[in-house]
Amino acid sequence: MMSSRYFSRRSASARVATATAVTAFAVLTLAGCSGGAVTESTSTSVQQVTSAADSVTVVDAWAKAAADGMTAGFGVLENSSADDITLEAASTAAAHMVELHETKLDDAGAMTMQQKEGGFVIPAGERFVLEPGGNHLMLMGLTAPLVAGQEVEFTLSFADGSTLNFSAPIKDYSGANETYSSDHGDGHGDGHDHSEDHDHENSHE
Amino acid sequence: MGGAVAGVGAAAAIGLDAWRSGAEAMPDADSAVAPSAEAVAAHGADTVPFFGTHQAGVATDAQAHAVVLGLDLLPNVNREGLRRLMRVLSDDASRLTQGRPALADSEPELAANPARLTVTFGFGREFVDRAERAAPSWLRPLPPFTIDRLQPEFSDGDLMIQIASNDPVTTSHAARMLHKDSRSFTSLRWWQQGFREAYGSVAPGTTMRNLFGQVDGTANMKPGSAEFERLVWVNDGWLAGGTSMVVRRIRMQLDTWDRLDRDGREQSVGRRLANGAPLTGTNEHDEPDFAAVTAIGFPVIPEFSHIRRARAENPDEQIFRRAYNYDGPPDSGGESGAGLLFISFQRDVDEQFVPMQQRLDELDLLNEWTTPIGSAVFAIPPGCAEGGYIGETLLG
Repeated sequence: MMSSRYFSRRSASARVATATAVTAFAVLTLAGCSGGAVTESTSTSVQQVTSAADSVTVVDAWAKAAADGMTAGFGVLENSSADDITLEAASTAAAHMVELHETKLDDAGAMTMQQKEGGFVIPAGERFVLEPGGNHLMLMGLTAPLVAGQEVEFTLSFADGSTLNFSAPIKDYSGANETYSSDHGDGHGDGHDHSEDHDHENSHE
Repeated sequence: MGGAVAGVGAAAAIGLDAWRSGAEAMPDADSAVAPSAEAVAAHGADTVPFFGTHQAGVATDAQAHAVVLGLDLLPNVNREGLRRLMRVLSDDASRLTQGRPALADSEPELAANPARLTVTFGFGREFVDRAERAAPSWLRPLPPFTIDRLQPEFSDGDLMIQIASNDPVTTSHAARMLHKDSRSFTSLRWWQQGFREAYGSVAPGTTMRNLFGQVDGTANMKPGSAEFERLVWVNDGWLAGGTSMVVRRIRMQLDTWDRLDRDGREQSVGRRLANGAPLTGTNEHDEPDFAAVTAIGFPVIPEFSHIRRARAENPDEQIFRRAYNYDGPPDSGGESGAGLLFISFQRDVDEQFVPMQQRLDELDLLNEWTTPIGSAVFAIPPGCAEGGYIGETLLG
């Protein structure tokens, strides 16, 4: 069933203890709109630090319907912490690969979409908007058609190693600058250049 | 009481003053004081809750503007497809009605003034069939009436969406957003636009006037009354908490209406034009006395008058009217483009609407100046809670 307002439903905090090889996984429950959560951890690490995943809420997420090839995911990432948070990567079972894309004007005055070097930095206490014509999650190599009214699950990976899952409803959208060629090398949109030699290592570390 | 005298003399001023008590004094003609920007903008922010036992837009006070869409399902849409469609549309409606843009809204700024926006969904027979569930027996086109000149372009449909708001820009944007999101599931069959008096023109609760100039809808059940609860809402099956809707496009022949004098006009309906009072009464809500006769023995309210013909002996045969005026350019033959977008809600179309319409079809002087050119019947499903969607009782 679809909620009218999308919050991150669950987050998994992956913490790697530097002293030992033990990795602690915690399952957190969001308590209402405030995003307050209780952290449980079995790590031997002394310090309890709120993970990036615990500090980020995803609202108003949605993904564009597509039969195959490429499409995009959008929404608003809210950072409730006092530190900047870097989103490094994203993934979904719905596509072979997800990249973080920015949209820029190139020297010729054309809108270009390309992978964002260094990921998306969500400033402390602020929102980071993913929207058509702007920053977005680029889904490449859809594993199945995305149809309006279904939902697609994403996992966001932050620089501190924590991850956040959220669900995005799929919507039909034929708005400006959001056409994606199914041929990878063709780029997407009119006059948009999709960089061929993107660095795969950036996507998942 | 406000009655229907808005805009006419002192009586109107009293009604409006009572409504606006607490606000600045009624300006006189010379001062022309405009309402404050805050007072005006406040109305744009008004909302009607979307979630609830019943869908909004039935018992809700009728807003000034409405668009009603009739859509036909595309061939490949099955039960699973209907579920997806209603999830998307319900999500759009739940946001827009609260003054928030829909997801993927290309014009988010146009969602900023909900002005009491409601979005109400209705299902035709085909929709229920595709859902593979049983439809109520009344869910089919009305029986043909001799006065009908129905055009397929204004009739029937598998899915109905009634969008209403006090702001026409809001109404238009919501209709556009919902239509866009229906396009991979449906084709647009008809689009009917309607209006009533603007918000603020008349006191809230004032019975609307139609384009014949008549007070229209006086004898109407009160939302929230025991009668309304019993006669409007269905109470069993997947439709429990829902109702039925009849939508009929009634063209008005204003040019021939022009030739009828004031007395003739009042006789055709059985009510005074000035305030909607029955010919046997003084005030709008006086009960008509159908037994009253003139000095020479004719009924005061004529046999052929609309209100006499519409009145049922069985008090359970009532409908809840929620109509809109419509207008447009005269047609190529010069006939006026004005009319009434008749809308009524009732628990059972066959028991409550059809007998009345049959009486009107047999005899109603008003038929001289009206022609039904569109007709449709829909099942209005119940409301939903947050996290749910309209139609889940049928599709879940």
